[in-house]
Amino acid sequence: MGEMEELRKEADNLKDQITEARKVVQDTTLQEAVAGTTLVGRVQLKTRKTLRGHLAKIYAMHWGTDTNCSKLCVSASQDGKLIVWDTLTTNKVNAIPLKSSWVMTCAYAPSGNMVACGGLDNMCSIYNLKGKDGNVKVMRELAAHTGYLSCCRFLNDSEIITSSGDCTCILWDIETGTEKTIFAGHLGDCMSLAVSPDFKMFISGACDFTAKLWDIREATCRQTFSGHESDINAIGFFPNGNAVITGSDDATCKLYDLRADQELITYQDSGIMCGVTSLAASLSGRLLLAGYDDFNVNIWDMLKAERVGVLAGHDNRVSCIGVSSDGMACCTGSWDSFLKIWN
Amino acid sequence: MQSSSNTARARRAVQQLRIEASIERIKVSKASADLMHYCGEQGKYDPLLMGIPASENPFKDKKPCTIL
Repeated sequence: MGEMEELRKEADNLKDQITEARKVVQDTTLQEAVAGTTLVGRVQLKTRKTLRGHLAKIYAMHWGTDTNCSKLCVSASQDGKLIVWDTLTTNKVNAIPLKSSWVMTCAYAPSGNMVACGGLDNMCSIYNLKGKDGNVKVMRELAAHTGYLSCCRFLNDSEIITSSGDCTCILWDIETGTEKTIFAGHLGDCMSLAVSPDFKMFISGACDFTAKLWDIREATCRQTFSGHESDINAIGFFPNGNAVITGSDDATCKLYDLRADQELITYQDSGIMCGVTSLAASLSGRLLLAGYDDFNVNIWDMLKAERVGVLAGHDNRVSCIGVSSDGMACCTGSWDSFLKIWN
Repeated sequence: MQSSSNTARARRAVQQLRIEASIERIKVSKASADLMHYCGEQGKYDPLLMGIPASENPFKDKKPCTIL
């Protein structure tokens, strides 16, 4: 098989080229660059609210972004419910019963008009919160993935991106319920995705230990980031859209810069030996909040890569975390069935 | 045929690597400086970083005032 041999050689050459090109621009490290920066002072956040109502493990939560719902969030639990919460009053605005209780992700549309969820049913179900008669109903069931739905994020009221255990991500047309673009390339289950602040790109983290940056309209993979030694469970953008943060079963988080095309720093501590399940950046990006399998959230100074705080309060794994769009509060969701609001 | 789908996959992998190899990269010093600058500029508006005064914290339960 002459062609296979040639292709393998060319692939190896290209990988070496990429490694070299990354080294060429590595004139310093982030660690050296921030040597003169003062470490953030100890961050002590308190639980301000506890959202009680789910009857089983919480797997996902997502804050609303529209000014009308910046204090609303949606959570998904394997009790088979999606709950939309008013985090200021702790009231349940909506309690939506799901067809399938094996839910793994949920999302709030930027407009506040819809929520979505999915899981072991391999589908992404879209719910209209603003129906005429006030009842929340399934609007669309997006079915095409051949594996579980691990994450979903709305671009707008007519488009949503999903990631799946079938190793692909899909951009959907919600109106027609059909796939617009299939993003294939990962060699392992896609576990998480995040959309860039300008909505032009998204990143995915997978069980092939890599993160990939995708151009939504060009339908291409622009960059691939390696370095993790196990599944990437969580991924997010640094607030200015120029860097990506990942969280992995290898017990570390990493910061990758998109324009330098490489890892800048790793957030790790010899005392932390369990996987990262979720992460979120504070408004300025200076703080990285990461949820771990050991029931805690560690707060990192994102520039200095040192721990500056801990959120301890859950009695089981922290499965999801999010910072509100105005940066005023952090919400954690846990297998202990509670959500907590901290600031 | 198994062998032709393997070749097709290998060709796609090479094509993808070509795309990734051809991008422009900026220096890590510039990337770091830009991140530090962003944190520096935006930090003062970051409630979780700066702390929120009790009177401005909508999540903090307001205690009733007692007139002494």
